[in-house]
Amino acid sequence: MVFPYPDDHTAPRSVHLGIDLTDGGAHPAAWRAVGSQSQRLFDAGRLLELVTTAQRGLLDLVTFDDGFALQPRGRGAVQGRLDAALVASRLAPRSAGIGLVPTIDTTHTEPFHVSKAIATIDHVSAGRAGWQVSWSTGAPEAAAFGRKGPQGEADAVAEADEAVEVVTRLWDSWEDDAEIRDASTGRFIDREKLHYIDHEGIRFAVKGPSITPRSPQGQPPVVVSATSDEALALAARRADVVRVSAVDAGQAAAVRARIRDAAAAAGRDPDTVRVLVDTYVVIGADRASAQARLDLLEDLDGITWDTDSLTHVGTARDLAATVEEWTEGGSADGFHLRPSSLSTDLDAIVDQVVPLLQSAEIFRREYPGTTLRQTLGLERPANRFATAPVARETA
Amino acid sequence: MSTVNPGSRARKQIHLGVHFPGVNNTTVWSDPRSASQIDFSSFEHLARRAEEARLDFFFLAEGLRLREHKGRIHDLDVVGRPDTLPVLAAVAAVTDRIGLAGTINTTFNEPYELARQFATLDILSGGRAAWNLVTSSDAFTGENFRRGGYLPHAERYERAAEVVEVARKLWDSWGDDAVLADRRTGDFLRPDAVRPVDHRGKHAQVSGLFTTPRGPQGHPVLFQAGDSTDGRDFAAATADVVFSAHSTFEAGRTFYDDVKGRLAAHGRARDALKILPATTVVLGDDLQDAQAKAWEIRLQQVPGRTAIAFLEQLWGRDLEEYDPEGPLPDVEPDVDNVSITRGRVRHAADPRAVAAAWRAEAEANDWSIRRLVIEKTARGGFVGTAQQVADDIDRHVQEDASDGFILVPHLTPGGLDEVFDRVVPLLQERGSFRAEYAGTTLREHLGLAAPGRGDDPETADLTSATLVG
Ligand SMILES: Cc1cc2nc3c(=O)[nH]c(=O)nc-3n(C[C@H](O)[C@H](O)[C@H](O)COP(=O)(O)O)c2cc1C
Repeated sequence: MVFPYPDDHTAPRSVHLGIDLTDGGAHPAAWRAVGSQSQRLFDAGRLLELVTTAQRGLLDLVTFDDGFALQPRGRGAVQGRLDAALVASRLAPRSAGIGLVPTIDTTHTEPFHVSKAIATIDHVSAGRAGWQVSWSTGAPEAAAFGRKGPQGEADAVAEADEAVEVVTRLWDSWEDDAEIRDASTGRFIDREKLHYIDHEGIRFAVKGPSITPRSPQGQPPVVVSATSDEALALAARRADVVRVSAVDAGQAAAVRARIRDAAAAAGRDPDTVRVLVDTYVVIGADRASAQARLDLLEDLDGITWDTDSLTHVGTARDLAATVEEWTEGGSADGFHLRPSSLSTDLDAIVDQVVPLLQSAEIFRREYPGTTLRQTLGLERPANRFATAPVARETA
Repeated sequence: MSTVNPGSRARKQIHLGVHFPGVNNTTVWSDPRSASQIDFSSFEHLARRAEEARLDFFFLAEGLRLREHKGRIHDLDVVGRPDTLPVLAAVAAVTDRIGLAGTINTTFNEPYELARQFATLDILSGGRAAWNLVTSSDAFTGENFRRGGYLPHAERYERAAEVVEVARKLWDSWGDDAVLADRRTGDFLRPDAVRPVDHRGKHAQVSGLFTTPRGPQGHPVLFQAGDSTDGRDFAAATADVVFSAHSTFEAGRTFYDDVKGRLAAHGRARDALKILPATTVVLGDDLQDAQAKAWEIRLQQVPGRTAIAFLEQLWGRDLEEYDPEGPLPDVEPDVDNVSITRGRVRHAADPRAVAAAWRAEAEANDWSIRRLVIEKTARGGFVGTAQQVADDIDRHVQEDASDGFILVPHLTPGGLDEVFDRVVPLLQERGSFRAEYAGTTLREHLGLAAPGRGDDPETADLTSATLVG
C-alpha cells in the first residue's frame, strides 16, 4: 500500500525506523557475545561503522542514550558513557542521510547550552540533528552536580517541559535571513530579525537570543519517550517523535490514539507526530537459532531478559511481517529498534528486514531529502518570531 | 632537517595554533572572499590546511551573550557562531593529528558536565583535546542562564580554580586501561578501576562516580587567557598554555618574563607552561607591498561606523552625528554611562583624560576619527615578505618573547592559506618548526609531560603499571 504525505504528493509514505545505538546493544550481556568488539566500545571507529550500516539501511535515525550516573556494577553490565551530543557531532561529517539523535538531560543542564549544542549538530550535519529529551530523578545525578536534591518524576518532567520551551524558542531566536552582510550600510545582521526570548518561567529565566544562528532544520526534531503519564503528556505537547512501549498491536494502537488526542487537545495537528514502538530485536536464521542466541545472552547474564515492550525473537521475515501488520493497521507510525546485540542484529535489520519492507513497498528506497525532518515527513516550521515586514529603522 | 643553521638542534621549537576568525572587527566580512562563519566547510578548511602545515592546534573562542551597543545587539561585526565543543568533535572527524582547543567558560558551566565533555572529546579525537579556561562572570551574560550564578569579579578565578580541581579529580578517578571487557568473567571494567569522588568546596559540591573513561592525554591540555595579576597567577599554577594578547616583541618579553617567573613558586619548570600570543600576518612581495596590504586590511576592519561605535564606548554617549572622516568630538565623555557596550570590557579608568589625550594626538597628526581608531586598535602583527615574517617569528621565539603564536586570520576560512604555504616551510627549513608530527597527542606536539594523578592517595595507584602488575 502506498499513500502520499499530505504536504508532498510525490514522496511515498514510508514506515519510520529508528535504531538505538547505545552501548553494545540493548541486552546487558551483549558485549559478552562473540564479535561484540567490546574492547572498542568507546572507539569512534566502531561508532562510525554502526552509523554507516544504519545509513546503508536508509533508517530514519539513530539514538544514543546518556546520563550523569555511571551504570551500576554487577551482572556483567557495561559501565561508562561518552557524552552523547559530542558522539553525534563526531559522526556528522562522516555520515549522510541518517538522523543523529543524542540524549541530553534537562534536569541538571542549562537550556542555553542544550540549545546551541543541538543547533550546532544540525549545522555540522547539514540538517540531521534531533534531540532526545531526558530528565533525571536519581540521587547520583543530583550529587554529581550538587546544586539541588533529587526530584520526583512529575517535577522533573515539568522542568523538562520548561526546558524544551526555552530550547525551542532559542532555536527560533534568529530568523533565517538575519545575516545580511550589507556592505553598503556596514551591517552584518539585521538586528530586527534577532529576538530576545525573555523567558520568565516558574523555574528559570533566560534572556536570549542564542549565540548560534537558526539551523538548517529550524527546529531539529524533539524525541520523547512516553515512559510515564507525565512523560506522555509532555510528548503530546512537544515531541515530533514519541517512543512508546507496547507488547501487542492493540496496546500500540491505544497509546498512539491517546497521544494523538492529547496532541490535538494541545492545539497540534496529530499528523505531525510520529509514534514509534520500542522494539527489542533478536534475529536468527530461524526461530530456534534466534532463541538460542537469546538463551546464550541470558545464560551469561544469569537471568531472563525483562523487556518492557515488543520483543521480537525470530526471523527477519517475521519481524518484517510484524512491522507491516502494525503500521498498516494504524497501530504505529514506525518502530524504534533496539538490537539485543549491535554487532549481530543491526546487520540483520539492514541486510534482511529492510529489503523485505522495501519489497512490500512500505519502506523507502532512498532518503527523500537531506534532513531528518524530510525523512520523517515533517515540514520545516516557520519561525515563531518572524513577523510581516515592518518599517525598519533608518540609521 | 635544517641545513641552514649549524645550531639547529638547540633551537627552541616554535608552537603555532590557528584561531578560527572571531566575532569582532579583526574579521573582515565585507570582503568578497569572506565565507560563512557557521558552515562546517569553513571549519574544515582551516583545520585541514593547518594540519597539512603541521600546526599544533586549531582554536575556537566563545562568548555566551551577543554583544550589545547602546542597548541593541551590535550589528557591525560578524555575529553568531556555533557551539565550541560540538564543532571540535566534528573537526576531529576530518583531521588526524592537529590539536583541538575549545574556549569554555568556568562560571556558567558545572564541573561534572565539563569534565565528561572534555574526556569525551579527548577520546573521540585520539588525545587532541584542549580547554581554554575563561572566566567572564558578568550579570549581563548570566541572564542567559537559569542558574544566574554570575560572580563578583574577585571570585571568578576562585571558582575557575575549583572547577579545574574538580575536573581533575573526576579525570583521575578512572584508572588507565579501565576497560577490561573480560567476556568470560563478565568484568567489563577492571575491578576498582573507578573510584568515587567527593568534593565539597565553596563553589562546587560533587560526589559519586564519574561516567567517562580517562582520555588518552589523561587530562586535556589546559589553556588560560586572562591578563590580570589573578589571571597570571592562575595560569602559573594551573595552565599548560597561556593565550596572551602581548604580541609585540618588547611587551611579549615583559609578559613572558613575568608569567614564567611565577612558575617556580608553584614548583613548576619554566618550560612546563607555553606562552602563545595572538597575532596576525600580512605578506607582500616586498615590505612596502605588505605594508600597503596591511593598511588596506585596517581600512576594511575599521569602516566609519565601526570607528564611531568604538569612540562611543569611551565617550559613553551617542556620537552618530559626527563624521568619521572629520575631527574628534568636542563633547566630553559621559563618565557615568559605563555600560554603553556590554559583552566586552571597557578600556579606560578615566575616559575624560583618555579623550583629551586622543584629541591632542589627532590634532597634532591631523587624524580623522577613523584614522585615530585605526591607530588605537592596531595590534602589531607581522607584516613583510614571507622571509621577513619567518625571521621575525623565529626571533620572537628564540629570544623569549614567546613560545610561538596563535595566528588569527582576517578572512574566513582561507586567510592563513598563504602563511601555511609560504611562511611555515621557511620555519621548517631552519629547524624551528616540525616538518612532521612526532606524536599523536596535543600534549606531545607541545612537548608537555603527561599529567600526574596529583597527590591524592585515593587515586594515585590507578596507573596502568600498578593495575597490570
Ligand atoms: C587573548 C585573550 C583571549 C580571550 N578570549 C576569550 C574568549 O574567547 N571568551 C571569553 O569569554 N573570554 C575571553 N578572554 C577573557 C579572559 O578569559 C578573562 O575572562 C578576562 O580577560 C578577565 O580576566 P582577567 O581580568 O584576568 O583579564 C580572553 C582574554 C584574552 C587576554
